[in-house]
Amino acid sequence: MRNLLIFITKYNAFFLFVIFEVLSLVIYIKYNSFQKATFINSSNKITGDLYTRVSGFYDYLKLREVNDNLARQNAELRNQLKSSFYVDTLKKHKVTDTIYKQQYEYIVAKVINNSVNRSNNYITIDRGSKEGITKGIGVICDQGIVGKVIYVSDHYAIIQSLLHKDSQFSAMLAKNKEIGYIEWNDRLDPHIAVLKDVSNNAQPKLGELVVTSGYSLFPAGIPIGRISSLQTKTGGFLLNMEVKLSVDFGDLQYVYVVNNKFAHEQAALEAQKKE
Amino acid sequence: MIKAVFVNLVRFIALVFLQVFLLKNITLYNLSTPYLYILFILLLPFETPNVLLFILAFILGITIDAFYDTPGLHAASCVLLAFVRILFISITVQKDGFDNEPEPTLSIMGLRWFFTYALVLTLFHHFFLFNLEAFNISELQYMIGRVIMSSLFTVFLMLLSGLLFFRRKERK
Repeated sequence: MRNLLIFITKYNAFFLFVIFEVLSLVIYIKYNSFQKATFINSSNKITGDLYTRVSGFYDYLKLREVNDNLARQNAELRNQLKSSFYVDTLKKHKVTDTIYKQQYEYIVAKVINNSVNRSNNYITIDRGSKEGITKGIGVICDQGIVGKVIYVSDHYAIIQSLLHKDSQFSAMLAKNKEIGYIEWNDRLDPHIAVLKDVSNNAQPKLGELVVTSGYSLFPAGIPIGRISSLQTKTGGFLLNMEVKLSVDFGDLQYVYVVNNKFAHEQAALEAQKKE
Repeated sequence: MIKAVFVNLVRFIALVFLQVFLLKNITLYNLSTPYLYILFILLLPFETPNVLLFILAFILGITIDAFYDTPGLHAASCVLLAFVRILFISITVQKDGFDNEPEPTLSIMGLRWFFTYALVLTLFHHFFLFNLEAFNISELQYMIGRVIMSSLFTVFLMLLSGLLFFRRKERK
């Protein structure tokens, strides 16, 4: 017994190492799953607050770009106004149109924390369940899709970015509507993703636009990127190709959370089929 | 004693802030990401008891994890780093020499020792960190490239900060 104690005190560094290492690995394996730790992450009060402050400071450095972007968007929206069209009929009457019912609702949010250089990237935004964000809904920005919400607190939400090993979204070629799915590749390049399982007769071309298909969280036709290289391999039924993403993930400022109002209905209906 | 605690506390906060708000956004060519915050563990005084060393390493790791959204990842790497530190110091430094050499800084221990010390410990930490993060060995070549380039970047920053706070009087 005495010898054992002497042994343990002599090599105390090793035993302490084992204890703490096991503790850390338990934490790592337990919380690294899809559901993230409830308090050791950046939607927790302190880190969330700090990130908001620092991001407020960084915003000054990017004001010019943001202004340019807003001005461009303003111009685009102005083009769609009724007043910017020439009216060539004199009679006008207003109709309350019941054909259209709003399906997608957009909530604007500011990015307060972001990363692109790890193998699983997350984005934190400053809107949460109080503003109507729920788990599992999609997120886009002006240039294209960004990811989906995986964790929500009262005032913050965490987005699993497209640059994540588990991210997978339905996509299609804009020209001939051939369906595939988009995911991030293993090379950890934040500008390149891979479009997979496109049927062999699609005949894609370099530079062709890839958009969302409308089967997943996003409305159809939101841009994802352009085909940058075709990995031709013979014999398969399905094609894979590399896509240059239109979103610059390193420079995200504002994003829109897309709330599909009919998502529940669709999910409930599709769940019936499985039973 | 109180001075040492104070200095280390300030160093802890400063390094965490520097890591989380500045270095987190830096990556060179998708290969090189600096993790300078481990300098805190490297610079703890020689006489720090092992228990305290491990506890501090764990706290530092979990703090970084809170900002990086990776519970346990950096904590595990930091604990490994603390263990390697104990081994390295017990091999290379005479126990009697602790009185006049309180801290393993660049200005006290000299460039050659500090460079080896920083390089070995950083390589261990980065290798463990990157492998634990990716958790597969299919891209081993790329992984090793990342480990080496990141370690060089980190050690470069460490030497830079060592020279920045260099005090000539301490060197004997």
